Amino acid sequence: MAWLDSLSPQTQFVFFTLLKIACVLGLLLTLVAYAVLAERKVSALIQDRVGPNRVNLPLIGSIPFLGQFLTKLGFWHPLVDGVKSFIKEDFTPGHVRKIYFWLAPAISLVPAFLVIAVIPFGSTLGAQKMVIADLNVGILYTFGIVSLGVYGVVLAGYAANSKFPFLGGIRASAQMISYEIAMGMSVIPVFLVVGDLNLGKIIEHQAQNGWNVLPLFGGGFSAQSLLLVPCGIVSFVIFFISALAETNRLPFDMAESESELVSGYHTEYSSMKFGMFFIGEYANMFAGAAMMTTLFFGGWTLPFFGLDVAPVAGEWWKGLLHIGIFMGKMLAFMFTFMWIRWMLPRFRYDQLMDLGWRRMIPLALANIILTAGVLALTNR
Amino acid sequence: MIVKRNELTWFERLYLPALIGGLKVTTRHFLNTLTTKTPVTQQYPEEPTRVLPGYRGAPYLVRDQDGHTKCVSCQLCEFVCPPKAIRITPPGPTGKPADRTNAEKMPEEFEINMLRCIFCGLCQEVCPEEAIFLKSDFSLTGLARSEMIYDKEKLLALGGTHPGIQKWKHKLDEAKEQETFPVKV
Ligand code: SF4
Ligand code: SF4
Repeated sequence: MAWLDSLSPQTQFVFFTLLKIACVLGLLLTLVAYAVLAERKVSALIQDRVGPNRVNLPLIGSIPFLGQFLTKLGFWHPLVDGVKSFIKEDFTPGHVRKIYFWLAPAISLVPAFLVIAVIPFGSTLGAQKMVIADLNVGILYTFGIVSLGVYGVVLAGYAANSKFPFLGGIRASAQMISYEIAMGMSVIPVFLVVGDLNLGKIIEHQAQNGWNVLPLFGGGFSAQSLLLVPCGIVSFVIFFISALAETNRLPFDMAESESELVSGYHTEYSSMKFGMFFIGEYANMFAGAAMMTTLFFGGWTLPFFGLDVAPVAGEWWKGLLHIGIFMGKMLAFMFTFMWIRWMLPRFRYDQLMDLGWRRMIPLALANIILTAGVLALTNR
Repeated sequence: MIVKRNELTWFERLYLPALIGGLKVTTRHFLNTLTTKTPVTQQYPEEPTRVLPGYRGAPYLVRDQDGHTKCVSCQLCEFVCPPKAIRITPPGPTGKPADRTNAEKMPEEFEINMLRCIFCGLCQEVCPEEAIFLKSDFSLTGLARSEMIYDKEKLLALGGTHPGIQKWKHKLDEAKEQETFPVKV
């Protein structure tokens, strides 16, 4: 690694950042592909079905046991699906608004990737912090970017220039705007407790004082931590529900709602443009899961075996383990998302709005006041 | 009848009972399918599927008990077929005679375009000779459109024999009995 040391610090920074971006993007896209497969398998199991089990690659398929097993698992389906979406006909209906029609899939895809940039997905590897951009205003940045995501959906609905996508787009905009408020408010208690907006600092705080969702272990049992338990749980529940609504997942997939709006905002899309919406949806889910892990579930830390401190020099395995822990937590959230999708029926639109404005937002506000009160009374 | 709808209690309105109920059902199904491995899925090409009697599959021509073409080229089915999937070429005055005794004629060519056919069963219903039947085949494939037009040979081969009501056999018997007058009453 002598050639690395010979570079100037700036060049090193650029090099490592690019490397991290490449790794994270590659990993994220793979995860997205396999999340789709997992979604199909989970839905199949819940509905007493088998799920995808057909694709067989020529050479690997003939390995005695493994090949068959991977085929049964549907392991190659994401690969084939990807190829399929690229070689399908990319049909542009005659009545669409062309520029927006082309722009919308990209706009819905990019914000999800941008959010991942500030998430600390591990402690350190060597001398490198495992976060692409260690921003001081991490969470504000995230909310700023996440709200851009709605433009993709709305633009798609407008660009399609026909009824159902238009309705889908309108619903999406109303829904996302309402739930963004609840989401933003639900994290304020976290900042009150932690006192910092940097996501790395938030994780550090949780390593010392217990996870935000249940701040009991770590800091020991003080009156303060006991009183903060309900606040943490309420914030987490509101954040979770808002995250479902923000990522357009069932039971809040008003923008798509296949049974009412054909498939909502992406009705007119085909081939890879549709694929981009699909990737965007799943990347958004990953971003949401990563946010929840970071804000409420201690990020890459685990409160035992000394896994809650950053590794010292030379402990490569620990750095990797931390990345693994983060991924594990994130995937657990993804699984929950999928489970909920196949568990709950879709809300009616007015019920959704009612829940957002008349339940979530007052509750979040009350929670802020409660947390502030607890902190003031217990002297922080 | 008016269904009485009870007011939801505050606990039910919290949405929690429904949530827990849903969780129970999905968990049960998930674990059952995962452990006992008895999904309802039928793995189609490997597990042959069962077609119930009365199923309307592809229409085929059938032969009678002697292996002769039953169809007499009356063209009723061609006329009734809603999507015009059937095309019959009658033999004309100089064509080949029917291979059945006593039948006036048989089609020179009989084509069903399986891409047009909607499997409605009207041809089977209208046929006076019971010569065409909707069998149980449902997966018809071909690499070209022309392959999907089934000609007389193919239709007869696929249809098999179907003695059914032996109208012409009885007619023949009657005709023979005419010769040894007096007619049985
Ligand atoms: S089944 Fe219906 S559509 Fe098909 S050939 Fe017979 S009459 Fe025509
Ligand atoms: S199949 Fe039946 S209805 Fe059709 S031409 Fe032959 S005898 Fe007539």
